[in-house]
Amino acid sequence: MSDVTITVDGRSVAVSDDATILDACRDLGQDQPTLCYLENLTPVNACRVCVVEVEGSRTLVPSCSRSAEEGMVVKTDSPRVRLSRKMVLEFLASSVDLSQSTEEVHSWLDQYEVDVARYGPQVTGAAPRDGRHAGHHAIPTGLTAETVDQPVKVDNELYIRDYAKCILCYKCVEACGEDAQNTFAIAVAGRGFDARISTEFDVALPGSACVYCGNCIGVCPTGALQFRSEYELRQEGLWEEDEQTVTRTVCSYCGVGCNLELHVQDNRIVKVTSPMDHSVTNGHLCIKGRFGYDYVQELGDDLASTPIDIVLKRARSG
Amino acid sequence: MDLKFHDVEPTPAERTAVDDAVGAPDSTWEGAEERSADDLRIARGGHAARAQRHLLLPALAAVQSEIGWISPGALDYICRRLQVPPADAYGVATFYALLSVEERPGCVAHVCDDIACRDSGGTAILEAFADRDDVVPSPCLGQCDRAPAAFIQRAGSPDLTLAPTAVSEITAALEGAVPEAELPNPTPQSDRSGMRVLERVGVVDPSSLEAFQASGGFSALEKSVEMGAAAVIAEVKASNLRGRGGAAFPTGVKWEGAAREDGPRYLICNADESEPGTFKDRVLMEGDPFGLIESMVIAGLAIGAEHGYIYVRGEYPVATSRLRSAIDQCEAAGWLGNDVNGTGRRFSVEIRRGQGAYICGEETALFNSIEGYRGEPRQKPPFPTQSGLFGKPTVVNNVETLLNIPGIVLGGGEAFAEIGTKDSTGTRLFCLSGSVAVPGVYEVPFGTTLRALLDMAGGAISDIKAILLGGAAGSFVGPDALDLALTFEDTRSAGVSLGSGVVMVFNETTSFVGTTRRIAEFFRDESCGQCVPCRVGTVRQEELLARHLNGADLDRSLLDDIAAVMADASICGLGHTAATAVRSAVDLGLLEAT
Ligand SMILES: Cc1cc2nc3c(=O)[nH]c(=O)nc-3n(C[C@H](O)[C@H](O)[C@H](O)COP(=O)(O)O)c2cc1C
Ligand code: SF4
Ligand code: SF4
Ligand code: SF4
Ligand code: FES
Ligand code: FES
Repeated sequence: MSDVTITVDGRSVAVSDDATILDACRDLGQDQPTLCYLENLTPVNACRVCVVEVEGSRTLVPSCSRSAEEGMVVKTDSPRVRLSRKMVLEFLASSVDLSQSTEEVHSWLDQYEVDVARYGPQVTGAAPRDGRHAGHHAIPTGLTAETVDQPVKVDNELYIRDYAKCILCYKCVEACGEDAQNTFAIAVAGRGFDARISTEFDVALPGSACVYCGNCIGVCPTGALQFRSEYELRQEGLWEEDEQTVTRTVCSYCGVGCNLELHVQDNRIVKVTSPMDHSVTNGHLCIKGRFGYDYVQELGDDLASTPIDIVLKRARSG
Repeated sequence: MDLKFHDVEPTPAERTAVDDAVGAPDSTWEGAEERSADDLRIARGGHAARAQRHLLLPALAAVQSEIGWISPGALDYICRRLQVPPADAYGVATFYALLSVEERPGCVAHVCDDIACRDSGGTAILEAFADRDDVVPSPCLGQCDRAPAAFIQRAGSPDLTLAPTAVSEITAALEGAVPEAELPNPTPQSDRSGMRVLERVGVVDPSSLEAFQASGGFSALEKSVEMGAAAVIAEVKASNLRGRGGAAFPTGVKWEGAAREDGPRYLICNADESEPGTFKDRVLMEGDPFGLIESMVIAGLAIGAEHGYIYVRGEYPVATSRLRSAIDQCEAAGWLGNDVNGTGRRFSVEIRRGQGAYICGEETALFNSIEGYRGEPRQKPPFPTQSGLFGKPTVVNNVETLLNIPGIVLGGGEAFAEIGTKDSTGTRLFCLSGSVAVPGVYEVPFGTTLRALLDMAGGAISDIKAILLGGAAGSFVGPDALDLALTFEDTRSAGVSLGSGVVMVFNETTSFVGTTRRIAEFFRDESCGQCVPCRVGTVRQEELLARHLNGADLDRSLLDDIAAVMADASICGLGHTAATAVRSAVDLGLLEAT
């Protein structure tokens, strides 16, 4: 493999010829904002928050997927780049509930001076969006800014889908499909602003192909997909991320050796993740490792002593 | 892949519709009703079954057209047959405006209220049907010279186009009547002497192979075979023919690029024509279907492809049936097939029908659509000539581009390059509509001025207020642009574009507020939704206009910001141009005057 040399913001860097512009930036310690990109998934380059300016290119290019080519001159902080990133983030912040997105996302909203007020008050009211037909929409008044607000889908004991928080980054679809689980329970349906993540005919998850591996939850950057336990605790105002500990261990169910990260609050497991940099599963798990932790903290009837126990028990029992 | 299906059976009619489209099932593994002894011993559903995914859209379309909607049972059966996950198939079905996953009336009228039709009766027709669920608004139907237009989807019967139409005719059509109307001549140009691409249209019987050959048809193909592939590509390069689909890329360079790559290679004729204001490709396909097939065979042999597709928009039933008949006749006569006219070369042509998605005219979205995926554009690079349909080198050309080829082969590239200007060679078709005396398709050499073109069409009806050049993805120009020479280079330096050849004329009776707003609606409806700049930007642009039309000052700086991110950071040309026409309307002051 030969090296290519490119220039990023005036600094030159040599990377292997299968590297992307983002890889080169990271080599220089200049990470770029990304939403739809993840190391363990195929780039879909859909969110466009990672765009950079490449000399000679008419439009901006997505750094997460564009290969570094010999002699490329890249700018990551030009006025064009800043404006496009600001607008992408503004478009998302004005149409999606980002309140439970990652801290990084919130830091970019500040960094790019996102101002959602200029789009007008956001529409809330939570009508389902699943029946929308491609090519047709209600004509807006302009007095409010349309959003993807809609009711939360709570249809099983293990996790919930709150698509009012969905930025349509495609990560869950990729994790459920070719990039990890090969189950293909969910896909993007509809078109344009009415595009949405859906099962066939919007059937509830128990009727779908879903095997509850939770890999979609693992990759979701916005909290649109959440453990039922996390959702219930948040609803009750009991979710205390700062107080949680994360313990890394190995899943005890089989011999594969998946690593688990147990998120514990009040001495109770409230969710399970898996480290992305682990060579066995690259962050993915199966239903047993993801959800099968009850046996280490039996929440029997008489053990339900704290509010968190009660919430957890309710979440478990559907 | 271990797929989960549902316990819903298709109705016998649904089963038949699917089997007619994709063939009968081999085993119960693929949904057959009768289990054979083999089925218990042999598991199917591997690569071979999954390689049929490209039949997904034809199967969905077949059910839609026979039954009138795609039920859970029908979708499930299609998925078993093609080994496609049901969620994926649902995602594809809900991408297209002509497909319905909810039960609805068997006949549905799509009434155009797009920019040419809205002020010519389209909006009024929709108002008359406001309380009915079987009449819905439609984007441009490619009949702008005969506005207002309607397209009738009829379950179990062929679809209909009505143009020009009226409330009574639509009512009758929804009740099953097939109106027989005298259609206006689509090529009213009186001086036909300079016609190259339109030569046969309106003159030679489009249903007859004999008539085509009597008019010189297939002589260019024969000559191209004598010349050999390399020489044909050299002539196309020498002609400096540039694509007529909108991007104006040199055709010879594209062909050469694909021919250099390892095969198999594909040729695609892009006949999805959905740019509002455009109808030239329809007129060409309806008027000279054999000419298009001949052009495709020449192109296919030149680039070394053995299979070609015509992707024709679903709202063009007449063009589709004429092409189908032409293909059948050419196959029977040996002009298509395993041994093209005794040359020992193989070339076949297959028609794929779009199902109501402007974005599928974008070439990489078109690949995904044919392959059975959602019509979402792909990031370039890689370019289609390297990695296109099924990941193979592919040439995509517009209908009009291809119909220039026989003339280049017969007359030579240099002679072609003499017509027009140095950088814009040959002739160009323009789609004239709106306030002109005689709307229709006109063919003129590049370099003709806008004024001269309008004069050919009998001039404007009353004073011109603005002209939309290039379609919804183009821009409005004022009457001061009448002396603009219509070439790629002159329009470019004037900051506008020829696009797909749209010249739509508006006078003082036009509601520019409504027209501009309709353009914004169009882009919002047609955005594939994949990338944030366009998915949300088209909504915010429409809202911003709505705000202005409701009395607020136009927020110019926000409009500019929205336009900038769409133009700079979107994946494809739809997003790149979604604000162009709106901004030009603002710049010309068209929104203030009303
Ligand atoms: C949103 C969008 C829609 C398009 N629709 C069409 C179309 O309907 N027909 C067409 O020929 N080209 C269309 N194009 C252009 C094609 O992507 C492509 O450039 C063209 O078919 C190439 O053929 P040509 O070189 O012969 O023009 C469209 C492009 C975009 C971005
Ligand atoms: S839990 Fe697993 S199988 Fe279910 S939708 Fe998520 S990724 Fe797919
Ligand atoms: S649910 Fe989450 S992972 Fe899936 S598209 Fe939405 S934001 Fe992305
Ligand atoms: S620009 Fe619009 S149509 Fe093109 S890929 Fe993005 S969302 Fe889809
Ligand atoms: S992170 Fe690159 S486009 Fe989304
Ligand atoms: S057919 Fe109605 S605008 Fe073109």
